[in-house]
Amino acid sequence: MKITYSWLKEHLDSTATPAVLAERLTAIGLEVESVTRGGLEGFVIAEVLSAERHPNADKLRVCQVSIGKGTPIQVVCGAPNARAGMKSVFAAPGMHIPGTGIQLAEGNIRGQASRGMLCSARELGLGEDHDGIMDLPADAPVGEDFARWRGLDDVLIDINVTPNRADCLSVRGIARDLAAAGLGALKPLALSPHRGTFPSPLRWEIKDDGCVAVAGVYFRNVTNGESPQWLKDRLASVGQRSISALVDITNYMTLDLGRPLHVFDADKISGDTLTMRAARDGENLAALDGNTYDLGPDMLVIADKAGPLALGGIMGGAPSGVSVETRNVFLEVALFDPRRIARTGRMLNLQSDARYRFERGVDPQSLVWGTARAIALIMDLCGGEASVTVLAGEIPAQPAAIPYRPSRTETLGGLKIDPASQEMLLTRLGFAIERGESQWRASPPSWRGDISGEADIVEELLRLEGYDAIPMRSLPLEESVPEPVLTIVQRRAQAAKRLLATRGLMEAVTFSFMAGATARHFLPSPVALANPISVDLDVLRPSILGNLLAAAQRNAARGEKDTALFEVGPVYLSPSERDQFLVATGLRVGLSHPRQWQGGARPVDFFDAKADCLALLEEFSVPTANLQIERAVPAYYHPGRAASLRLGPAILGYCGEMHPGLLGASGLGEAMAVGFELFLDRLPQPRVKAGQARAPLVASPYQAVERDFAFLVDRGQSVANLLKAARGADKLLITAARVFDLYEGEKLPAGKKSVALAITLQASDRTLTDKEIEETSARIVAAVTRATGAELRT
Amino acid sequence: MPSASRDLLLEDEIDTSRIDTVSSLQDLDHIKVELLGKKGRISEALKRLGALAPEERRAAGAALNALKDQVSEKIEARRHILEKAALDRRLQAEEIDVTLPARWEARGRIHPISQTIDEIIAIFGAMGFRVAEGPDIESDFRNFTALNIPPDHPARQMQDTFYLPPDATGERAVLRTHTSPVQVRTMMSEKPPIRVICPGRTYRCDSDMTHTPMFHQVEGLVIDEQTHMGHLKGCLQDFVRAYFGMSDLRVRFRPSYFPFTEPSAEMDIGCDRTKGTLKIGAGADWLEILGCGMVHPKVLENCGIDSTRYQGFAFGMGIERIAMLKYGIPDLRTFFDADLRWLRHYGFAPLDIPNTVAGPLR
Repeated sequence: MKITYSWLKEHLDSTATPAVLAERLTAIGLEVESVTRGGLEGFVIAEVLSAERHPNADKLRVCQVSIGKGTPIQVVCGAPNARAGMKSVFAAPGMHIPGTGIQLAEGNIRGQASRGMLCSARELGLGEDHDGIMDLPADAPVGEDFARWRGLDDVLIDINVTPNRADCLSVRGIARDLAAAGLGALKPLALSPHRGTFPSPLRWEIKDDGCVAVAGVYFRNVTNGESPQWLKDRLASVGQRSISALVDITNYMTLDLGRPLHVFDADKISGDTLTMRAARDGENLAALDGNTYDLGPDMLVIADKAGPLALGGIMGGAPSGVSVETRNVFLEVALFDPRRIARTGRMLNLQSDARYRFERGVDPQSLVWGTARAIALIMDLCGGEASVTVLAGEIPAQPAAIPYRPSRTETLGGLKIDPASQEMLLTRLGFAIERGESQWRASPPSWRGDISGEADIVEELLRLEGYDAIPMRSLPLEESVPEPVLTIVQRRAQAAKRLLATRGLMEAVTFSFMAGATARHFLPSPVALANPISVDLDVLRPSILGNLLAAAQRNAARGEKDTALFEVGPVYLSPSERDQFLVATGLRVGLSHPRQWQGGARPVDFFDAKADCLALLEEFSVPTANLQIERAVPAYYHPGRAASLRLGPAILGYCGEMHPGLLGASGLGEAMAVGFELFLDRLPQPRVKAGQARAPLVASPYQAVERDFAFLVDRGQSVANLLKAARGADKLLITAARVFDLYEGEKLPAGKKSVALAITLQASDRTLTDKEIEETSARIVAAVTRATGAELRT
Repeated sequence: MPSASRDLLLEDEIDTSRIDTVSSLQDLDHIKVELLGKKGRISEALKRLGALAPEERRAAGAALNALKDQVSEKIEARRHILEKAALDRRLQAEEIDVTLPARWEARGRIHPISQTIDEIIAIFGAMGFRVAEGPDIESDFRNFTALNIPPDHPARQMQDTFYLPPDATGERAVLRTHTSPVQVRTMMSEKPPIRVICPGRTYRCDSDMTHTPMFHQVEGLVIDEQTHMGHLKGCLQDFVRAYFGMSDLRVRFRPSYFPFTEPSAEMDIGCDRTKGTLKIGAGADWLEILGCGMVHPKVLENCGIDSTRYQGFAFGMGIERIAMLKYGIPDLRTFFDADLRWLRHYGFAPLDIPNTVAGPLR
């Protein structure tokens, strides 16, 4: 909402400067976004004393100019209208010329000194006229500041009015709030009731509850000419164009008093009735904004017997609009259901000053005072005769008084305000107060439709006193050491990020969105949005891997081909909240290391991703020894080089090489890429009852021995089976079993591989004898052979 | 010492000065064998002791043993010197170029959003706020209606909402436009007193220089029987001072409007814009940082909480925004790019875990 200082002062009797007003406006909840002064500073009214032809140029004149003091100033001027005796606008050297953007300098034009400039309207930024310099009336006072004389030195204040403060969508409303805040007195609004001299030939009919009430006045023999200068200036000062007197009056009433109006050219109305009704399918309206709108039954229109003339509360129609020829007009002053206006406007995607106010709520009493004020303005500016006012519907009754406890400013607002002050402040805001002992009754004024409860009244008082006055109180702590604030899953998500970063992966945060085409690599029907912001972001991601692959591709395009990224975040498998999962996801692409002088660089592989997964699981004390690791993975992984990690029935995650098809689609081509996904919500939770105490450490004091065994076994046989069989050979004595070599190559029979195991034997109660060691070794070999068909290599 | 007796046993005087000049460990060993070995001269002399008379034997024995100790000590001293010299030579030969780079190790970084969320949790955690979370796909009721934003309310135009297609019952789910639905869930499932913060992803159908369709918010909620607006001011001042690490940071509260709070406020922090850049803390200017207010009684009632008995406050702020302000990150859109250069530059060391007790790591 833009207002000017001088306009505000038409309603507010105050000596406060614009700066003081602006600060106070922000303090009472009318946030000032900017305060700007008209840009014409330093331009003075000058008289051209003489204008002689330039000795060296036919089209130039050498003028002697008086600015009311000092000796006359010589100015070389090219304007054809420059003549002795005229009044114009002078700019001195050093000044900025707003219309051209140049800094004026003293000059010498073809041998004649020029110590300033006489300005055209365009040079002053006041219009398009550049045919000559400003030709001011003869009575313009020489030496006066031009901007002040023309009323252009006003201060423009731009206010961000929150949606609840419909009452402040007018200059008067803002003045009223400032007066309540103690910054001056609200001047009374001069309203003289008008008696119509004839019955209106048109009447109102309400057939839709989208219109609550409507008043109408018929004017005959009006002249819809240009508006007077004051009205043009007022509108121009807030950036509005003058159109014609009648249109300007409706716009002025909207801005000045927050009362949108509409005027119809009465001669273009068919029949004798204007009806507020729902539009019908197939109807349309050529509106004043130049567009034609197709209407539907949810929209509220004002119609005559021929069809819709206007969109009630939003915009008038072009055919029934007023023009220079208009002689007879019908004024509409209506009250609408805000929700209905909002819905119609939204359906048509049509914004207007009227809609903006009606959908936020217009003072119901403005049906009375708005009509009176509009009649006065129209008669004043356009002449003619006004009819008796016709009315349909009823002004809604004032809502019941609100029970209010004055103690609430302190118990809710944290600020003690004595009851007398409270009563004074509320009265200034227009409330009617019935005081009681501790319980009052407060009736808000008609223009404050936003006040409905005690909390609203507390806010009114706090904002007028200023939120600064509320003393700060730190929140008292319930316990001196607060309880832990994270759930186990939150804690693990936080730790997972820190752990993965220490493992060398960079944390990414990518959108929850994804392109549908990408998402379908992960889920046949991903969750689609009804109104995506773009086709690249039209579904919710079913896996984070797609976004990480895209990120790796972008980084590769910038020259970073080896990436290691992770993200811990949500994926969405269906719209149900049960299908949103928190997934720790990682992606490694390219080489494990950059080339370095020690060597050691190699392409990333399955075991990097598996190590990431196991590191996370072990960090969270998941019993990884019990994991079932199987080559059963979703289709976006390499079917032979990826694994699912299962614990009992629950799949905790997947890891492995990305499917080459997906890599190709991601623009990563032949690069090696491995990833993992760990479902943090599915990890087993610690048993709360078990507490934090550990089982006692059982460490044998007796010597441990390590024995190596190399087995020749079918390639398809999994190493896990060998280890399991070996461990099972003696559960008491075997304390560790590890793979320390794997060989698959030409030196072995076809289809075979060599697996070397290092097995640690240790007893808790004695040192093992050679005989025991030999016997256990034999049992190990036998068990592995039995379970896997392996043979011991010798 | 009767040197006569000793001399009787040794063929010649022993010249121990050779020990001090020998230059290799090998030569030193030769000397040791020659003098102290089983057939060495001193050993041989000791063997001859038995031939002496008891009186003489005692004196000569003592003298010989003293000589043996003296020689032995000398040899060991020399050995020590020679060994040290040998070690020095070896170490010198083993010298490497220490300016060669260390073995490469990947360095991961924590994203500023995670870091900022952890900081927020640490500070509000110290004030007794628990972390609550909820799904990103929400019902229209929890995102709007329960928060006193009925259909057709102009406030719904303040937020451009992502919708899912209507389900079988005609209900249209939304991507939550704020984390307030988590507050609604908390109030509907728990009894006061409540103190929670709700960090998380939020969505608005908006994309330009300063907006991304997804961003993060943290909201907070306190519900009990006595918390009032003074506590709201104090709690949030405590937060911003701790977060920005400025114990004298100025704050200002202005009246504002949100459908879900009454009274409502916006909070500004002191800043300076005069030097072309924004500096938090100094100067006379103000910067809006968050919205807050006392929870609207209708919201309490919508969530099944008796508004005649309970009250409290709520607040919400943008996580990227406060991260940008604290860490001088200029562009919101870069947060979601996963550009490695950006992550290395603006990211955080993994062990830089925010902690109000320990303080920052760098």
